[in-house]
Amino acid sequence: MAQTEMPARKRGRPESENADTPGGLSKEELHKLLRQMLLGRRFEEKTAESYAIGKIGGFCHLYIGQEAVTVGAFSCLRPDDYVITAYREHVQALVKGMAPRSVMAELYGRSGGSSKGKGGSMHLYSKEHNFLGGWGIVGGQIPLATGAGWAIKYRGGDQVCLCFMGEAAVNQGAFHESLNMAALWKLPVIYIVENNRFGMGTAWERASSLYDISQKAHAYDMPSLIADGMDVLSMRSTMMEAVDRARTEKMPTLVEARCYRFMGHSMSDPVSGVYRTKEEVEEHKAKDPIRVFIEQLQSAGVLSEEELTAMDKEVHAEVEDAAEFADQSPEPGLDELYTDVYAEENEHGRLFFDNKNRLEQA
Amino acid sequence: MAMITYREALNAALAEEMERDKDVFLMGEEVGMYNGAYKVSKGLLEKFGELRVVDTPITELGFAGLGVGAAMLGLRPVIEFMTHNFAMLAWDQVFNSAAKVLYMTGGQYSCPIVFRGPSGAALQLSAQHSQALEATYAHFPGLKVVTPATPADAKGLLKASIRDGDPVVFLESELLYALKGEVPDDADFIIPLGVADVKRQGTDISLITHGKMALTCLQAAAKLEKEGISAEVVDLRTLRPLDVEAILRSIHKTNRAVYVEEGWSFGGIGATIVSLIQEEAFDYLDAPVVRVTQADVPMPYAKQLEKLAKPTVERIIEACNRVLYRTQEA
Repeated sequence: MAQTEMPARKRGRPESENADTPGGLSKEELHKLLRQMLLGRRFEEKTAESYAIGKIGGFCHLYIGQEAVTVGAFSCLRPDDYVITAYREHVQALVKGMAPRSVMAELYGRSGGSSKGKGGSMHLYSKEHNFLGGWGIVGGQIPLATGAGWAIKYRGGDQVCLCFMGEAAVNQGAFHESLNMAALWKLPVIYIVENNRFGMGTAWERASSLYDISQKAHAYDMPSLIADGMDVLSMRSTMMEAVDRARTEKMPTLVEARCYRFMGHSMSDPVSGVYRTKEEVEEHKAKDPIRVFIEQLQSAGVLSEEELTAMDKEVHAEVEDAAEFADQSPEPGLDELYTDVYAEENEHGRLFFDNKNRLEQA
Repeated sequence: MAMITYREALNAALAEEMERDKDVFLMGEEVGMYNGAYKVSKGLLEKFGELRVVDTPITELGFAGLGVGAAMLGLRPVIEFMTHNFAMLAWDQVFNSAAKVLYMTGGQYSCPIVFRGPSGAALQLSAQHSQALEATYAHFPGLKVVTPATPADAKGLLKASIRDGDPVVFLESELLYALKGEVPDDADFIIPLGVADVKRQGTDISLITHGKMALTCLQAAAKLEKEGISAEVVDLRTLRPLDVEAILRSIHKTNRAVYVEEGWSFGGIGATIVSLIQEEAFDYLDAPVVRVTQADVPMPYAKQLEKLAKPTVERIIEACNRVLYRTQEA
C-alpha cells in the first residue's frame, strides 16, 4: 500500500508566468484540467449505470481513480501528437478530443459510435484526433506505438506518440522488444506505465521480480521517470520533460505513473474482497485525485464553490447528452457485418467464404 | 522479358515499388548489410539507405507490430520474416492487429502492409524450419494470402501486394529462390490478386494446387501424359482472394480433381477447396476429390523419412489413379 505514496520527482520546466498559482498555470488552464478530470469521472459513472441496466455489454473497464494520469500527460501534447493505449481507454479518448457522444454510442454498440458499433468499449479510435486506440491484448499496442514513432521519424516530423499500458503489460515480450527498438533507433515515443497496482487480481509484487518499473528502462539505456499519478500537476511536470525530450532530442522515455484503480478490473469484478481489502481501497480513495486537485485550487483561491458547481453541472449535462444520443442512435445496419473487413475488395477472386448468406436469411 | 531467378524477380519488384513510392520500406532481420538471408534484398540498402532498408534485431513480434503501427500512419511497410516459421512469434500482431485494424476502427484506419518470407519445407531442415503455414494465415478474415510459384508470378504478385490496401501475407520458398524463368521487365507488370493460372491445360483430371507444389504437379502431369492421361494444372496463386471461377471451370471440364499442398491435411487449404467443390460443383464430379498433403507428423530430419513425409510426384500420380479409377500397373 505504501508504494503509491512515493512522491514524484518534480523535474519539469518551471512555468514562471503564473508563479503564484498551482503548477504555474493560469486559472483557465487549471480549470481546463479539472474539467477534463470531472468529465472523465462523470462519464465513467454514467457508463457503470448504463452497463448495469444492460445498455452496454461485453467487457468494460472503468478509469475511475486514474484520471490525473491522462489529464496531466495529455496537457503536454499538441493536437497532432499521437496516443495509443489498451482497453481502459474511455477517458483517454475523451481527453484526446473525441466527442462524448461518439464514445458513448460506441459503448452502446450503435451506428453513431466512433467505430460504427463494431469496436465497443475496448476499441475506441479517432483518426481525426490521432487517437490510435483502443487495443484488447495486454501489451499488443506497444509495438504499434513504436511503429507510430517510426513513421514520425521516417517522415521527419516532430510529433510524439504516447503509449499507455497497465503495469502488468511490462512482463510481456512486446514491451521489451519495443523499448529496445525505440532506444536503438531513437524514436519519439513515451511509454507510460499506469501502475494501478493490479493486473486484474494479481498485485504487482506477485507478478514481477523487480518492484521498480522505471528501472526496466536501464536495460535499454533509456531515460525513465516516476510520476505521482494521483497528482495531475506532478504528472504534467514529469511528462513535460519526457515530451520535450521526445520532440526535440527524438528520444524515448519510460514513465511509471503510480496510481490506483478505485473500481474492479472490469464490470464483473467487485471493487474489493478477493485480492484487496475494502480498507485498502478506502485508504486510496481518501487521496482521490479530483478531490485533492479541487482542494488545491480552492486553497490557492482560483476555484470558487460556484465555479465548481457550475462546472460539474456542465459536464453532467454533457454526459447525459451523450447517453441520450447513444440511446437514440440506430443499431448498425445488418449489411455493416461485411463492411470494413478489407479496404480493397479486389476485382478478381473471392474474399469471403461463407457466401455472405447470412444477409439473405436475415 | 528477361531470364531471371525467382529471387531476382522479388528483388526487382521491391526495387521498383520502392522507387515508385517513397512510403514503401523494407524491414527485417539481415535485409540490409547482409543483403538478406536468402539474398532477396541484395543491393537495396545501397540504393535506398538505412531508413528504407532496415536491419532489425531478432525481435519478430516487435518489428511486425512496428510495421502495423507505421502502416496505420500511412506508410507501406514490407516486413520480411527470415522464414514464416519465425513469424509465429509475431502472429499476435498479424492476426490480432493487422487483420483487425480496419474492422475495429470502423474503417478509419487501414493497414497496407506485406509480411513476406519463405514458407514450407526445403531440404533436411527438420521440424521447426519446414512448415507450410498458409492454411493458418488464410483462416483469418482481413488478411490476403499470396503464394507465387514462378519468377514471373513472384514479381507480378509482390508488386500487386505492395500496392494493395490491405495486409498481405506473401509466402515464398527456399527451394524456389534459384528457379529461373521469363519475367517481364516492365515496371508496371502486375499480376492482380485473385487470378489463378492454368499452368497446363488438360481434359482428364484437374490438379489444383498453390505455391511450389505447382511445379511438382507439372512434373506429375508430364508423367501422366506418357500414360495417356491429360492432366490440367491449376495454380491458384492467391488463396485470399481465391479464384473460385477458375476452379469450377476446370472441374466442369475434367470432372475429376486432386488437391495438392505442402501443408498438413487437417483444416488445410485442400479441405476448404474440396468443400467448396462439393458445394458448388457436386453434379459435375465423377469421383470424390482426393487430397495430397504432407504426412501428419512434424517434419523429420533423415532424408528417407523426409521424402516419405512430403507430397511427391509419385504420391500425386497415385492419387490421380484413384480418382480416375485406374489400377496402377505393377
